[in-house]
Amino acid sequence: MTPTPASPSETLRAPLVVEFPFTRSLGPVQSAFLTGLRERTVLGVRTETGAVLVPPVEYDPATAAELRDLVEVGATGTVTTWAWNPEPRPGQPLPTPFAWVLVRLDGADTALLHALDAPGPEAVRTGMRVRIRWAAERSGAITDIACFEPYDSDPVAEPGAHDGRFTDPVTGIVAAARLDYTYSPGRAQTRYLHALTERRTVGERCPSCTKVYVPPRGACPTCGIATTDQVEVGPRGTVTTYCIVNIKAKNLDIEVPYVYAHIALDGAGLALHGRIGGIPYDQVRMGLRVEPVWSEDGRYPDHYRPTGEPDADYDTYKELL
Amino acid sequence: MTPHRPDREVAIVAFAQSDHRRRTDDLSEVEMVMPVLHDVLRQTGLRTSDIGFTCSGSSDYLAGRAFSFTMALDGVGAWPPISESHVETDGAWALYEAWVKLLTGEADTALVYSYGKSSPGSVRDVLTRQLDPYYLAPLWPDSVALAALQAQALVDAGATDEPALAAIAARSREDATANPHAQLPGARPQGEYVVQPLRTGDCPPIGDGAAAVILAAGDRARELCARPAWIRGMDHRIEAHSLGVRDLTDSPSTRLAAERAGAFEAPVDTAELHAPFTSQEVVLRRALDLDESVRVNPSGGALAANPVMAAGLIRLGEAAARIHRGDSDRALAHATSGPCLQQNLVAVLEGDSDA
Repeated sequence: MTPTPASPSETLRAPLVVEFPFTRSLGPVQSAFLTGLRERTVLGVRTETGAVLVPPVEYDPATAAELRDLVEVGATGTVTTWAWNPEPRPGQPLPTPFAWVLVRLDGADTALLHALDAPGPEAVRTGMRVRIRWAAERSGAITDIACFEPYDSDPVAEPGAHDGRFTDPVTGIVAAARLDYTYSPGRAQTRYLHALTERRTVGERCPSCTKVYVPPRGACPTCGIATTDQVEVGPRGTVTTYCIVNIKAKNLDIEVPYVYAHIALDGAGLALHGRIGGIPYDQVRMGLRVEPVWSEDGRYPDHYRPTGEPDADYDTYKELL
Repeated sequence: MTPHRPDREVAIVAFAQSDHRRRTDDLSEVEMVMPVLHDVLRQTGLRTSDIGFTCSGSSDYLAGRAFSFTMALDGVGAWPPISESHVETDGAWALYEAWVKLLTGEADTALVYSYGKSSPGSVRDVLTRQLDPYYLAPLWPDSVALAALQAQALVDAGATDEPALAAIAARSREDATANPHAQLPGARPQGEYVVQPLRTGDCPPIGDGAAAVILAAGDRARELCARPAWIRGMDHRIEAHSLGVRDLTDSPSTRLAAERAGAFEAPVDTAELHAPFTSQEVVLRRALDLDESVRVNPSGGALAANPVMAAGLIRLGEAAARIHRGDSDRALAHATSGPCLQQNLVAVLEGDSDA
């Protein structure tokens, strides 16, 4: 409980991967377009003024009018602008250097973004003619177009009629994404984590209101200033409130029911979370005195168990509820 | 179209920003934000409890964590409860929200802040997640690639060329030598193509940073600042979502926002333009009809420091700071968000004349 000045510690870093497979439903226009790609047919949508938008949208970007008039456009087109990508990044259409292109397909008035497979930037220019290279396996996604490739042909001006109907239409896509981060927790949490490796719990005291935050985040949310002094708290504490968990969580090897509690470690200005063990779930109570139990190589207490002391008086922890 | 004149006078009265750095592993977000919050409070002599409204801007995708802004909020002193809001975009839009709040008369002062730590992830890849998820995001076109498509469209249109882009980069970074917060001050080589036609020098640095601003209304602003930067007008507009629908060489949304903000009613002497890529300055100068008489990005702009989510707010802050110092009488500030200048905000700031 002796305050020690906060000192800079070695910065901690750890990989953090965020992955999500968003499942998205398609409206009538996007469903027809993506199903069409699966069938090697490119559809656009005609606006009230007769312009053909490819890729198609459900509402006119200029007037917001609902658009449903589907038409078929060509698999050949003209590059309207381009950019040479010397080092493709993960997830991009081609693993080898390629050009990003906006392509106005024959019969369309707007351009589609995709990749162009070309030997080098000298082989690419605005106005060049290209055609779609279809992916070998197609599922009804923009990636059914593997890429574009150079292809000399005369432009075809007129879009063809198409009712947009296909057997077994695609009605949804899975938009998978993965982003890789390196997480570093900052000064306050680094100190907290370093102390835990020595099985000590440290908080930080606000120099203004003197409250001790555990775990510390570097700032006092009441005063809006940096918490400066490190304070060792615990190891014992008091259960301030708790709940009984009856649903088994995935990948969690704990028998239900178990007790999850707020525990005010001695000297701390607010309670932290922890599981209570070593006592039947229906005998846990407010005021119960507990201490941490560390597993063999655990980096934080596995759970808290009763110390056997008399229960804490309500007045000693009522401010921490 | 006649610009709307706000009924209530609102000014930027203080501005602070961090030193922008490639990485800040030793700092959590709140640890990065707190010094700039304390700086603007110190400049005005205000205490947290004096602030009528607080608004912030940031993005969970940079942090890789949900509701990441709630942790940074600890730096504000949010207890007892405060009136607070957050925008999931650049802090310039948080400033817009705070301005509206002050115009309604519900508050007399506002604290606006924003921050971005790009260093934990790959910002080029992270920004692909803001794209349309049906047609664009599955292709992972990164932010430099999309800017390069716009740059090539400008080159094809005869609006610029590589030497002209290099000159913009050189001028910006030369100007940044006078900016102690800049990440890339001074001359540096244009480098290799990142995505042709954009070279390293045409692209913004990747970095971490934060900024804060205090707004005040009427006489309160005069009390807090010797020469308030009055917001004469502010507006923000958006382009059609699909890049292939747009003319990438133009920015009608910037022009419209400027018109509605009153930017064309009288000449400006300074323009802080949020152009992370050299080619985007070309688009913005054309859209805003800025000639050589206007001092563009004396701070060095986003080419010298581009903390994502704060770089737009910094443009407003830098423009205001020039008015505070008496270096400018009428300044335009611009902020952008999204690929290829998708969304654009324009504010017109003025200082009181000495007479």
